[in-house]
Amino acid sequence: MSIGSDDIEKLAVLARLSFEGDELGDITDKLAAIVAFVDQLGEADTASVTPMAHPLDQVQRLRADAADADIDRARLQACSEATEDGLYLVPRVIE
Amino acid sequence: MTAMHELTLSGMRDGLRDGSFTARELTAHLLARIEAAQPRLNAFITITADAALAAADAADARIKDGNARPLEGLPIAHKDIFCTDGVRTTCGSRMLEQFVPPYDATAVALLADAGAIVLGKTNMDEFAMGSSNETSFFGDVHNPWREGLSPGGSSGGSAAAVSARLVGAATGTDTGGSIRQPAALCGITGLKPTYGRVSRFGMIAFASSLDQAGTLTRTAEDAALLLGAMSGLDPRDSTSVDAPVDDYVAALDAPLEGLRIGIVQEFMGEGLDADYAVAVRAATAEFEARGATLVDVSLGNIGLSVPTYYVVAPAECSSNLSRFDGIRFGHRADNPVDLEDLYRRSRGEGFGAEVKRRIMTGTYVLSAGYYDAYYLQAQKVRRLISADFARAFEQVDLVVGPTTPTPAFGLGEKTDDPITMYLNDIYTIGANLAGLPAMSVPCGFVNGLPAGLQLVAPAFGEGRMLAAAHQYQQATDWHLQAPEGWS
Repeated sequence: MSIGSDDIEKLAVLARLSFEGDELGDITDKLAAIVAFVDQLGEADTASVTPMAHPLDQVQRLRADAADADIDRARLQACSEATEDGLYLVPRVIE
Repeated sequence: MTAMHELTLSGMRDGLRDGSFTARELTAHLLARIEAAQPRLNAFITITADAALAAADAADARIKDGNARPLEGLPIAHKDIFCTDGVRTTCGSRMLEQFVPPYDATAVALLADAGAIVLGKTNMDEFAMGSSNETSFFGDVHNPWREGLSPGGSSGGSAAAVSARLVGAATGTDTGGSIRQPAALCGITGLKPTYGRVSRFGMIAFASSLDQAGTLTRTAEDAALLLGAMSGLDPRDSTSVDAPVDDYVAALDAPLEGLRIGIVQEFMGEGLDADYAVAVRAATAEFEARGATLVDVSLGNIGLSVPTYYVVAPAECSSNLSRFDGIRFGHRADNPVDLEDLYRRSRGEGFGAEVKRRIMTGTYVLSAGYYDAYYLQAQKVRRLISADFARAFEQVDLVVGPTTPTPAFGLGEKTDDPITMYLNDIYTIGANLAGLPAMSVPCGFVNGLPAGLQLVAPAFGEGRMLAAAHQYQQATDWHLQAPEGWS
């Protein structure tokens, strides 16, 4: 199927991405080419095949729900550009 | 006497142990080479000279006291995808240009515990998405064999650093060939272990069902040395596997007699450079001459591995990279008008074109209406490809073929055509989809540029694969060739 600028805008909203200037035309053309390329997967006969999510078909290993990390909040929040009193700052969400 | 940088990692270990040189002398010598090479190769994003020299002094003290650990004083570099406590970790991205992690990746911690000394963090394709090292925010890496050519990617900085004798070894990660392809293009040995063999904790995620940490070294012996130190169950990575870690170094002496080697027919035909094919044939003949049996094998669905990968990997990346929201860490856009604007512009500015393309592809194949046709179908084809490998391993112990279709290509040559770039990984992606261990070893030259032989083993067959590669390297000297000007 063809991919137009409306599709790109919808996907960009879903992906929380912005595209500026020439980027928009570039992503439209290249995403269309990538989708056309992966379309060949439809040729494979997979009627009786179980999807494979894990390469070794392993089951997720669980651990006890106990805190074991000792990284302090100040060190973690040093990675952020905007914190105050141990909280992350974001633009106002509720008017 | 052989110059220190000419030694393999094992040779450096012997030199340190017998007092031929100290860890400080070795570290200072290589740091000087790194500084001198940086304007030409751009292999490093961060150089950790002070910490390395301090670690070298501590290593010398341990060696003197008779308390040397297995990798004591050995100089390595980490791909800048591994979190390093207190040392900037960029993943090749503007998004993480200023990110200083408050913890070490498990692989980093294990190698430090074994005594290795980190000289710096190597350049890479942004978030490991690329096959040429050209998507890095920190600039292209050049191939030591010919500047102006790509070293491959995404572990291009690690491969160039080992090839140019700047470090004894380096870590890398391999999601679709990102260790093996640059190893082949730079004339060194690259190993991707079985999925889950090495912990992914602290390794910045790209595609979680495919990502695996591994090694870039001069020899299979060095790969065995490092892999043993990096491997094992990690409670912090729920996909790390609880299987015993073999003594890979002890296994190196296993002879080739009786080994059954499958030559993948689909890899030897159309698309493979004719001279590259000659080098691969000569390598398989060498295995046969030393007692292995050659068998033709077929991987009937392998032709669909690239499109399968380019659905599965972007789908997983679009989910994994959602954590980069401009709030808790990473690039944050100025003056956002609202939360949505903060998210979209932080990500739009922080990510480069290829990363954004893959997030958009992943969002597309996971969206309502397309999920079954693309993502679910790709997961089914993935099982067909995995089953092809399982059938082949009923007949043979290892399968082999070329690592790449051609030797190193020019920087800028493929950047405008993502599909052509993606097809460079046509021989390597299958092992990631099936979770199998695989490696590339130097097997000759094409127009003066290195060619790589790929070996793939059944899950947890690293020992046998390394032994075969080691025996091949005992009989050949391709892995000992240094690029001109770097020996």
